[in-house]
Parts: sequence; C-alpha cells; structure tokens
Amino acid sequence: MASDRIFGLVMAVVALAYIASATQIQTSFLTDPVGPKTFPIIIGSVCALSAIFMVFKPDPEPDWPVFRTFGALFFAVIVLVAYAYALKPLGFLLPTALAAGVLSYQISPKAKTAVLSGIGLSVGLFLLFKYALDLGLVPFPKSWMV
Amino acid sequence: MDVISNLAMGFSVALSPYTLMLAVIGCFIGTIIGALPGLGPSNGVAILIPITFSLGLDATSSLVLMTAVYYGAMYGGRISSILLNIPGDEPALMTTLDGYPMAKAGRAGDALVLSGFASFYGAMFATLGLMFLAPLLARVAYVFGPAEYFALYMLAFTTLGGMASNNQAKSALAACLGLGIAMIGVDNSSGLPRLTGGNLHLFDGVDFLVAIVGLFAVAEVFFFIESHGKSSSIGVKLDKVNIPWGDIFATRWTLFRSSVVGFIAGILPGAGASLGSFMSYMTEKSIAGKDGGFGTGVPKGIAAPEAGNNAAAGGALIPMLTLGVPGSGTTAVLLALLMTLNITPGPTLFTERPELVWGLIASLLIANVVLLLMNVPLVKIFVKVLMVPAWVLLPGVTMISFVGIYSLSGSYFDLLLMVGFGVLGYVLRKLDIPTVPVILGILLGGHMEDALRRAMVISDGDYMYLLSSPIAIGLWIAAIAGFIAPMFLRKFLKKPQRITD
Repeated sequence: MASDRIFGLVMAVVALAYIASATQIQTSFLTDPVGPKTFPIIIGSVCALSAIFMVFKPDPEPDWPVFRTFGALFFAVIVLVAYAYALKPLGFLLPTALAAGVLSYQISPKAKTAVLSGIGLSVGLFLLFKYALDLGLVPFPKSWMV
Repeated sequence: MDVISNLAMGFSVALSPYTLMLAVIGCFIGTIIGALPGLGPSNGVAILIPITFSLGLDATSSLVLMTAVYYGAMYGGRISSILLNIPGDEPALMTTLDGYPMAKAGRAGDALVLSGFASFYGAMFATLGLMFLAPLLARVAYVFGPAEYFALYMLAFTTLGGMASNNQAKSALAACLGLGIAMIGVDNSSGLPRLTGGNLHLFDGVDFLVAIVGLFAVAEVFFFIESHGKSSSIGVKLDKVNIPWGDIFATRWTLFRSSVVGFIAGILPGAGASLGSFMSYMTEKSIAGKDGGFGTGVPKGIAAPEAGNNAAAGGALIPMLTLGVPGSGTTAVLLALLMTLNITPGPTLFTERPELVWGLIASLLIANVVLLLMNVPLVKIFVKVLMVPAWVLLPGVTMISFVGIYSLSGSYFDLLLMVGFGVLGYVLRKLDIPTVPVILGILLGGHMEDALRRAMVISDGDYMYLLSSPIAIGLWIAAIAGFIAPMFLRKFLKKPQRITD
C-alpha cells in the first residue's frame, strides 16, 4: 500500500519536472508541425496519470527485506559505484578481486569462499577477456608498468 | 519455390565452418545460461551483446551466435525446473509443475529427455513457421507508413503491459519511463540537445545496452544479496538417462497442439515465451480434464509447456524481424543487438539483406538439431553446471557486465548509469512494475517519435491522419482492446504459483 503510494507520488513529481523541462526545449527555425517538445510532453502526461493512479489504487505491499538487508544492498551499491570509478585508474585485477569478493561475501557470508571467488574471478575473467576474447584490458595501474 | 532457393542460400551461409562453429558455441553457452537459475535468456543475451560487439564479429555471425544462445537458453531453462524445482528462466516456470514431481518419482532422466524432445518439436515447428510466415508478413509490412508504425508501436506497448503485468497503470508507467529516457539526448530532426540537464555525458542519449544490462543483470545480483542465495536448494539426483519412446509417442498430439498455441502466442506482440508456455499448459490441462492428473508429474504436463515455450520463442522472432517490434523481453534484447549492429529490422531487411535473414533461419534449423543432440545424450554435462554456487555465479555475472559495458564506451559514466539502472530494476521488480516495457520504451522511443513526426509532416499537422488507413485503425483497435481486455480476463488468466514441497 504505502510503497506504491510513495513511488507513485515520486514518479508524479518526476513526470511533472520532466514536462516542465520539456517545455524549455529549444526549437530550431527548421521545425516540423510536431516539434521536439510535443512527444516528451505527451509521455510525461501519461506517466503522471499512471503515477497518480498508483497513488489512489495501490497494490498490496510487497515483502520488503529487513532493515539490515537494506544496509547490505546499500553497501553493495556503494561497492559497485566505487568499482566503476576504480576500473580505469587502478586496472582490472585489483578492483575486480575486491568487488567480486565483497559481492560473494554478501551472497554467502563465508570469508574463505569469498576471498577465493574474488581472486579466482578476477584472474579467470582477466585471462578470458584478454587472451580468449582479445579485449584490451589493463591488468594493473598504469604507473606500475614501466 | 522461393523458399527453397532462399533456404539453399541460407544453408550455404550457415554451413560455412566458422558460422557453424559459432552456432554450436552459442547453443552450448545458451543452454548453460538457461540452466543456471538467476541467468535467463534476457539477461544472458544482454551481457553477451557488448562482448560480441567488441569482438568485432560481422552482422550475420553475431546474429547467428546470439540467436543460438537465445534458442539454447530456452532449452536450458527446463533443466533446473525439473531437477531443482527452480525455474532456470521465467518461461520454464510451468515446467516445474509436472517436471519436478516426475523427477521426484525417480524419473528425472525421462523428464529431461521428454522435455528436451518437446523443446525440439516446438522450436522446429516455430522455425518452419518463421520460414513461411515471415516473408509474407514482410510483404504486408511494405504498405506500412508512419501512421501505421505509430499505431503498431502503441499496440506493442499496450499489449505488453496488458499481458505481461498485473496492473495496467504500472505497465503504462514503465513504458513511459522507457520512452522518457529515450528522449534524452540530441533531437534527430532539430539537432538540438533535449532534457540532458546540461550533462555532457547525456548528449549522446542513454545507451540502451547500459539500460538493459543494468535492469536485467545487475538487478539480479541485488535479489541474490537479499535472499543470500537461499533459493539454491538440493534437488533430485539424476541416474540413468534412457529415451522414453512410449511417453514421446503418447504426447504426440499434445506436442502439436502446444506448438501451435505457443507459436501464435509468440507472434502476438508483447506476449512472448512465458505466455506461450502458460497458454499451452492450460490448454492441455483443460483438454485432459480432472482425470489427466496434471500437477502430479504426467508426461503431457512436461511436454506441453516446453513445446509451447520454444514455439513461442521462435514465433517471437517474426514480428521482431519483419516489423522491428519485439514480442517479448528477450526479443527486445535481440532487437537491441540488431540496432547495435546497425541493421534496421523491417520489411526491407528481407529484400536488402537476404543472406542475413536466410542465413539466420538456416542457422536456427541447424542450432535446433545441435541442441537436441546436446540436450538429450549430453544432458549430464549441463546438470553439472547447476552445481555452480550463487556466490561465484552472481559476482561473475556482475563483473562480466561491467567489462562488457566498459569495453563499449570506456566511460565510467556508463558504468554508474548501469548501477543506477540496476537499483531501478530492483525497486521496479519489488513493486511488481514490469521492466520489459522500460526496455522497449528505450529501444523504440526514438522510432515512435519519428513515426509521429513524419506522419504529421505528411499530413501537415492533422492528427486524424493517424487513423487514415484501415490497417492503422485495426492496429489502434487491437491496441485499445489489448490494454483493456486483460482487466476483465485477469480472473481467468491468473498465473498459478509454484508448488512447494
């Protein structure tokens, strides 16, 4: 109940903001009868309508995980974001081993298997991508390689 | 005898050693992807697209490889349904209903072989159907103008929402979300940026591959973290594998009927393989009646959903290839592949790139035979694959997704966007909002707007032009019916829940 209502409300606000920014789209002098604004505005309006419908006619509440699991999910997102930033400056092997290890630990909290799967995946995938599939991956930070 | 000469040309493409090798590799990878719970046809194909693209394969080769993966995944889904009572992918859900009870009764081998044969029958039926029906539909599609295409896109969105979701408002919301994202970037006709918020990274728009991999693959990891991989249970042991000739013969009419039902469900836009297996199971169940024993592990209950599922998978390729409108989540992903390869699906594809279309059809026929051989005598290899624990598989899938997307653009921004889509996918699925319309919206948004704008240029701004031809009117009626009808039919079409021990 509440989740659908909150999500509907958020989406309605997003849709309105979307429509508002669509009205600001620059039009060029070479324009067609529809122009670049109309279609986004239609989409925004349908989106707002469906979102408001969700607010007034919500489905039963989904079973959300407990608070601690939310913490774990949030942590996983942080790890993935950090991984996205680290991949270029730090090379493939180190960030991959860390990120894969953390994710593995989060799915099954056993330190030994997590470490093993982190290292195994990092090295295994590197060999696969670099040599079998010939993708240009950098194993280590550039400064380490002379 | 057009078909035969075309097919001969197709086989000359497909039987080149290189293409043949790709088809076999695709079948093998596909079966594994299908068998692994947590990796289905859509996310499996999705994470492979960036990688095939960076391998630099040509259009025909990549298409052959990926459709072999697609067919393979449809075969593989049944393995974990039968042995673990966990559907390897969504369409295989119906196979758990009779497959797992049969396996528990000590006939795991029979169930696997029978379902493998049913998959072959359904897929073969659909591929032959594709061969004869697709060129006909392509001819019809020639008369489609912008008004008809706009109506067709409407139809795809409304039926997809109507059939595949439990709440019309939510599916409409999902479609708008996708369409809205598709609008971001430089406008095609005026050349000016739209809705980018001034962010330079967004000027090129949001790459649909980033969205697909995020929504399908990264979101899956969050679900596994939430459940701590607990759903991986110990299943039934498989000992000897014999061919149950008697069961295959006894289900011959079931196979035929289910293939027809599945094939039709597959062609309908928005229905796809899940609905195909569901409809064919339900049809057979009502034909068999109360004494049929459906749900207790009868052969017909295994043959029907598998034949239906694979027939629908083949059928779903027809609207995708001839009209450029995918019929299901996975074909939406295949459409993304075509668009990445710069191939415009549609009627012209059949006249301008016949070697591609017929090479693909021939490869599908070959892939089917290869899959039957892989999935009957060699099924034990794939059963071993089920032993891969979630704590290796899911981190692996995530890392492959990252490398794939990273190798496409080399930009950390796309990776962040992918993680964002992963979070979005988790929230949407939790709230029972379908993610397939989002993908479809991102894929088709640009085309849909172009169709509308071109129609308006032709008619000089008269909106009645959208209803100017009988085809367009028919499509609009079907679109509206497809959106409204499920509201009344929902009572009868309630999806049965998975049985638990």
